[in-house]
Amino acid sequence: MPEVRVVDVTKKFGKIMAVDRTSLHVHDGEYFSLLGPSGCGKTTLLRLIAGLVEPDEGEIYIGDRLVNDVPPEDRGIGFVFQTFALFPHMNAWKNVTYGPRVKAWNEEKTTRIGREMLEMVRLYERLDAFPHELSGGMMQRIALARALAAGAELLLLDEPLGQLDAKVRNELRYELRKMVKDLKLTAIHVTHDQAEAMAISDRIAVMKKGKILQVGTPEELYMNPQHIFVAHFVGESNFLEGHIVKSDKKEVAIELRGGLTVRASDKTKKLGDRVVFAVRPEIFSMEEGRKGGVNSMSGIIERVMFEGTNIRYDVRLENEDLVVVVRPALVGKWLNQSEKVTVSFPPDKSFVFAYPSKGLTEELALE
Amino acid sequence: MKFLDSLSSKPITRYLIYSFSIIFFFALILIPPIVGILFKWNVVNEIFSNPSLMSRALSAIYASFAIAIFVSIIDIVAGLPMAWFIARGKSRWLNILDGLVDISFILPTVTLGYSLMLFWSNKSQGISSLFGESLISPGWLLVILLHFAFSYPVVVRVMVGAILDYQRVYEEAARTLGAAPLTADRTVTLPVLKPSLIASFVLAFARSISETGATMMVAGAFFENGPIFIKKTADLSMGPMVFVSLILIVISCLIFVIINLLGTRLKMPINKIWPLAERKLSDHKLVNFRDSVTILLFLLLILIPSLFVVLPAARAVFNGTLNQAMTRVGVWQDYWQSLILSYLIGLIVTLLNTIAGLPMAILIARKRAGRLVSTVLDVLINIPLIIPTIALGVSLSLFWKNVPFIPEIWLIIFAHLSFTYPYFVRSMSAAIERLHIDLENAARILGARPFAVFRTIILPLTKYSLIAGAVIMFTRSVNETGATLAVVTQLKTIPVLLVDWVNGKVPATAAEIGLGCGFLIILSFIILLILRLIVRGRY
Repeated sequence: MPEVRVVDVTKKFGKIMAVDRTSLHVHDGEYFSLLGPSGCGKTTLLRLIAGLVEPDEGEIYIGDRLVNDVPPEDRGIGFVFQTFALFPHMNAWKNVTYGPRVKAWNEEKTTRIGREMLEMVRLYERLDAFPHELSGGMMQRIALARALAAGAELLLLDEPLGQLDAKVRNELRYELRKMVKDLKLTAIHVTHDQAEAMAISDRIAVMKKGKILQVGTPEELYMNPQHIFVAHFVGESNFLEGHIVKSDKKEVAIELRGGLTVRASDKTKKLGDRVVFAVRPEIFSMEEGRKGGVNSMSGIIERVMFEGTNIRYDVRLENEDLVVVVRPALVGKWLNQSEKVTVSFPPDKSFVFAYPSKGLTEELALE
Repeated sequence: MKFLDSLSSKPITRYLIYSFSIIFFFALILIPPIVGILFKWNVVNEIFSNPSLMSRALSAIYASFAIAIFVSIIDIVAGLPMAWFIARGKSRWLNILDGLVDISFILPTVTLGYSLMLFWSNKSQGISSLFGESLISPGWLLVILLHFAFSYPVVVRVMVGAILDYQRVYEEAARTLGAAPLTADRTVTLPVLKPSLIASFVLAFARSISETGATMMVAGAFFENGPIFIKKTADLSMGPMVFVSLILIVISCLIFVIINLLGTRLKMPINKIWPLAERKLSDHKLVNFRDSVTILLFLLLILIPSLFVVLPAARAVFNGTLNQAMTRVGVWQDYWQSLILSYLIGLIVTLLNTIAGLPMAILIARKRAGRLVSTVLDVLINIPLIIPTIALGVSLSLFWKNVPFIPEIWLIIFAHLSFTYPYFVRSMSAAIERLHIDLENAARILGARPFAVFRTIILPLTKYSLIAGAVIMFTRSVNETGATLAVVTQLKTIPVLLVDWVNGKVPATAAEIGLGCGFLIILSFIILLILRLIVRGRY
């Protein structure tokens, strides 16, 4: 099982900086995801690791081997493309056994591997089918079987579930992880879907504009985002602007717009600092009427949306800031539009970030 | 525009447009070149009653097919690596190389034949002067070299477009699975490009089957293919022309039908893989060697022999006789008039065929008239390409000269419309077929009328193919000799004028011929280069 190290890699396309002095270490046997919005450079980084594009600067190691000058066919990788790239003129069997055949494995081994891989993806009975005769989910499984049949220990997946419908996507993501773990592979998976990345990965790197902002387990990224964009992109957050009016060793008090003050756990911000204060919508508790207490804010429900599992409330606070509150649909009483409510949250379940130098909108922008 | 948009939603308008397109095709493109031949069907008996003439005709027909098939195969073998080199390279200089490939297509074929004669056969000039004797005498070998020179650009042009359009994701997938570059190209890329390979083969084949003027020039006294046989016997009787033309048309149509039917089922040899050998052959040094051989072959067999006719002009520049060559009274005024006439005819032909050919391309690509009718039309549009240009010219002149009050310039235009039309419709119908029908459906659902769909969706997404088709039409019109010679009496297009210069009908020095060809090449080259730079903005 190989580990992958990317050291200070840069890749430009004309004037566009696709990957900007990026470093990364993916461990042996890890299921690792590159997560970010469209155009953030995640696919370019994956293609750099595969050798499909060459870096302008920096080094890429697979195992102990520096692979900058190694062509893709000699990197020992499997690659699943977003469009699957199944060869249209070959049937499923020919597609899956293409790797063994171009590597001149003997007939017996080629047939055995082909059979094993097709059985693993439960499509052995469709070995004669051509790509245009298969459904999206089947094509995805054939593409995966093809990538694995070539004996790869490092599997690179470029939005492999992106073209599938939601139900199939949810089923396949667990199958995919189980397969990678059963076969003891290392996998790097590119996606813009944070739910997919959270469900499937051991660790995730969140990227924006060619840079990696934070690497961590799904829990770390959700519970302890180190960057305001990570808090925005992984999960969901309400962002409120304010400044520090009180600071001690454990907590700070933040004065929001309209003189509203909240308390949050933070050890780094100083008195007078301009900050952005973030709270996850699902952390809020909400009661009818106007109530007092620590970190309690009154407001009026402006909108109610039933989302199936959850109910989403847009609450206009008394200081005119808008916060989103998400509550489980099957727990507690449903509240109505125009009702007066009080929302509250525990101080240790919020995040405080320094106010971004480029402004909050720019920092949270997806493109 | 709004008026045209709303007009286009009326069924009668669509009916009229498609009817116009079909009538245009039959009245101006298909029937005139054939009907002249068919009018004379009764004279075909002359050849049946003359066994020796029949034997010559059959040998000539055999030679035509043998040369066309052989030349088309070597076109693919030599042209594909060149197309690959041009399409995959990153250097800006490749635009120049891409343009140089077109030169043998820009030159009037007779001038090309003359240039090849000078280069290969003339003891005192060209490569033969190094050996003191004619290296390649006029005959079948020189005919092959000539056909290779003028059909090679067709293959390179079609394949460069196909390789640029090709989605490299399949090739990348093969590489990540362990395939060496050559293995990936051979087993994945080439099978995907198969339709374009077949199309380029068909076009090269048709070009070789039909060419007359230049083939006559380099064939020597004894070699005969179909068009030469027609030309040689034309003064005696029309029988051989009718017979040979019909046989060439029928067999070529059969070949096209077979290619259409079997092309999709044709399996490429991809099952056998030689990983080690192909890995070695993918080595950079060998790839560089292959590219060098490709360019060397192009320079030695195509570019230098094609441009050799211009050499005396270059010599005149250096020995100070340029002024003398440029100022002879009566020569250059005719030349510039002919050049303007040729460009004017080329422009009119391009415009008319574009207007009339677009609905036909849509009819074929979208099967608007039903699958059967579309397939039949698809085969029929090839016919003007296959007819030997000499037969095409004679047939057209027989047809049009019976129609009174047609000015000569329109006779030339009608002749040119016929053999340039297939290039445009072929190129556009393929482009429209590649365009997903859902894009048109989406536009219609959003409220666009049929003409608005055409204007805002089809046209912008197929503009490169439209320009490519227009360029080929324009170039073919400007350089065509055989058919034009058959219909003109007073007017002289630039190839007709150059034929007079080359044949000595109008006395012209080597320097003047060189300059005449040189100006034509440079002007056409500049026009094509500008278009190429617009079309291929990626460089």
